[in-house]
Amino acid sequence: MTDTLTRPTPSGSPGPSPAPQRRLRASSSTKALLWPVLALVVLLVVNVVATPSFFDIRLQDGHLFGPLVDIARNSAPVMLVALGMTLVIATRGIDLSVGAIAAIAGAVACVHMAGSSAEGAFATAAVGCFTALAVCLVLGLWNGFLVSVVGIQPIIATLVLMVAGRGLAQLITDGQITTVNNDSFSNLASGFVLAVPLATVVAVAVVALTALVVRRTALGMLVESVGINPEASRLAGVRSRTIIWTVYVFSGLCAGLAGLIIAANTRSVNANSLGLFIELDAILAVVIGGTSLAGGRFSILGTVVGAVFITTLTRTVVNVGIPSEANYLFKALVVVAVCLLQSPRARAAFRVRRVRPAAPTSAPTSKAGLA
Amino acid sequence: MTTTDTDPQTDGAAAPRPAPDTAPSAGVPVVEMQGISITFGAVRALDQVSLRLFPGEVHALMGENGAGKSTMIKALTGVYTIDSGRIVVGGEQVEFGTPAASQAAGISTVYQEVNLVTNLTVAENMMLGREPRRFGGINTRAMNRKAGETLQRLGLDVDPASVLGDHPIAVQQLVAIARAVDVEARVLILDEPTSSLDADEVAKLFEVMRTLRDDGVAIVFVSHFLDQIYEISDRMTILRNGRLVEERMVSETSQLELVKLMIGRELEALEQIDREVAATDSADTGAPVMKVLGLSRKGSLETTDLELHEGEVVGLAGLLGSGRTELARLLFGADTADTGEVQFRSERRRLRSPRHAIDRKVAFSSEDRKAEGVIGDLTVADNMLLALQASRGWLRPIPQSTRTTLVQEYIEKLDIRPADPQALMRNLSGGNQQKVLLARWLITQPEVLILDEPTRGIDIGAKAQIQATVADLARQGLSVVFISAELEEVLRLSDRLVVMRDRRKIAERRNDGLSVSDVLEIIAGEARQDQEAHPRD
Repeated sequence: MTDTLTRPTPSGSPGPSPAPQRRLRASSSTKALLWPVLALVVLLVVNVVATPSFFDIRLQDGHLFGPLVDIARNSAPVMLVALGMTLVIATRGIDLSVGAIAAIAGAVACVHMAGSSAEGAFATAAVGCFTALAVCLVLGLWNGFLVSVVGIQPIIATLVLMVAGRGLAQLITDGQITTVNNDSFSNLASGFVLAVPLATVVAVAVVALTALVVRRTALGMLVESVGINPEASRLAGVRSRTIIWTVYVFSGLCAGLAGLIIAANTRSVNANSLGLFIELDAILAVVIGGTSLAGGRFSILGTVVGAVFITTLTRTVVNVGIPSEANYLFKALVVVAVCLLQSPRARAAFRVRRVRPAAPTSAPTSKAGLA
Repeated sequence: MTTTDTDPQTDGAAAPRPAPDTAPSAGVPVVEMQGISITFGAVRALDQVSLRLFPGEVHALMGENGAGKSTMIKALTGVYTIDSGRIVVGGEQVEFGTPAASQAAGISTVYQEVNLVTNLTVAENMMLGREPRRFGGINTRAMNRKAGETLQRLGLDVDPASVLGDHPIAVQQLVAIARAVDVEARVLILDEPTSSLDADEVAKLFEVMRTLRDDGVAIVFVSHFLDQIYEISDRMTILRNGRLVEERMVSETSQLELVKLMIGRELEALEQIDREVAATDSADTGAPVMKVLGLSRKGSLETTDLELHEGEVVGLAGLLGSGRTELARLLFGADTADTGEVQFRSERRRLRSPRHAIDRKVAFSSEDRKAEGVIGDLTVADNMLLALQASRGWLRPIPQSTRTTLVQEYIEKLDIRPADPQALMRNLSGGNQQKVLLARWLITQPEVLILDEPTRGIDIGAKAQIQATVADLARQGLSVVFISAELEEVLRLSDRLVVMRDRRKIAERRNDGLSVSDVLEIIAGEARQDQEAHPRD
């Protein structure tokens, strides 16, 4: 699903120098996923110890219920935002405006529905959602324009919309908390498909589709190429402007979809709080998933694991009974620990000094950069 | 063929070629590496290699790319830990766990790429991490004075308070050496220090090296330029495929002998090119593939015209900064020209980006392989197919079967090692990276191929192969622009020679038996004319 799709078969390695240099191969994606998955497993074990019924899943009225199902449902928004963020980060960029875009999406959809004469109709919900996504597309275009055409540093360019976007969302909702009564819309968060939460199905489908498109077409390779060495890519004829623009638009769309799910969950939109700090959770998910903030190689599967991890962590805080004052501190400590665990350099430092020669030139890219 | 079985401890008696007649070897080596082996996974990078460094001697470490030179250096500098063998420094056996330990033992290294901070001053760079302190802050004055003393000792006229980035690369390189020497080095390792230097700058570097040698420093010198090895080195150790071939005195080894020892076979390839190039002499007829009229760019090239014909190799000769690279970049649209236009067959246009050029079947391999060619974290296969994929657009991926065939074909054709499409590009040696980049462009089936320093810093085997490939492509009708600092190489390959100087074209000659001194004469002759025209300069 991630790094292996478009690679040619390992090949019987013909040619004159058959034996040597196996060590030079790209490390397999499974190996890179080891640490985030391990961290997730540890977190789940902690939860089971605290609450033995944590893994219980009930089937009731044809719907699945249980803590794990909650996690699967609740991780949908972060997963979507992190998905877009993964591609942006792979091009050496960052998108800070995703929270604001999510709020705008929720605002547009809710205001449309609340103002409609047929507030509860499916068509109203559909039109509202598509209008919201169209707005997000435009916002993504704006971000991409600033970064790829005007050439503003991504962190600054998207900061503009991060700040202004909240204001825009408030303008749309007129500063009010807008509530909607539309079952089709709230099903986006609380509905089920074949006993599985609809939000999870949507998120997983978007992730799978993206992974497929990115790795079946050449997009993934070109994104990585631009992220690793922009100048060399330009000289090889890569249209890096188009590619960078595309990933920001995609990120905007993902953020919009996430915003819709969040709004559907509360059946309302609060322009001030919807998707607040979701950009940070998303960036964390990307980093935990093994994509370097320096750009280049990315792992969509890693990001999925990262998003689930973040959501599980939030749940753990409640489940284990950490006092709410210590909530953020606890989260921070866990994130630091995971990032250290992932950094080859930190691992090497922990290891006892029976040193084997490190693979040459593989400068250990510290993934702890964010923490 | 190797002498690896010799027990290094019985040095005086049975060691290979002790060469007792020269002064330094009579002394005790400052560093002895004995029977060093290093294994990466299943690969033996070094197999029982020994190396002796004597004080006051320049020791050349010779071998093709991948012979184990870098691994040997990294074993000595503590970057890699050795699996077996021992390192003796100043009579004591040592074990370097970290680069810092090696440095503390007096072993300093200057790597091929200058690893300094360009926006700090020269003195700050030299004293980085060991600045003289006063009142808890850095004592700038003392720092400048100390740095100035070191620079003076090396005979370098550089203001310690000036910003490093304002100096040319050569000076930066010398500052890097000054920094390395400043830590009371007993051993100085110079890994390809001359690959981006001009002849004058190399002379300056050698002066510094001689000063240090006379002070008793043991210098390890790695270079692909055989002439430079012969000019500066006293002794050499030759490696091949991770094994020791021989230790030799430079004065007792002819260049031909050395090359044979390095590659283990005769160098027929190069001679063959000479004959074949002489045979193809039919260019210049027919319409030009690409024609440039009045191309110029402020600060890099004055108005220049150029014509490229089918099947012709045009060599751009000139010193560093003469405008040869600048012209190449403008031909490709890597930089945009201020004036002038490019004519492809019958179509005229201005090149605004590399894409314009690529769409018109022009290919360009930059002189800066690392910054402008290699995508280090992608695989060899991805690197090779990048240009083709980019011109197809991301929606039309190259089919899997085509990918495999193309990559396999070029790995074999250009003898790329390791022959593994999945190897990460950054782990390849320079020569093999260069071959991958050449393949990247050949896969796009260009009509014009612009190669800027395609053979810089790569070993003689890879060099011969790239030259042979270029000659072969020209014979098949490709039009090639070939740039190299090595005039011999330019002359060997070119049908026509364009001589650049002071950012403009000063001469264009058919290459019918031009010699290096002819070309130098043209460059120098222009200088004389300049002097006559402007006597005050």
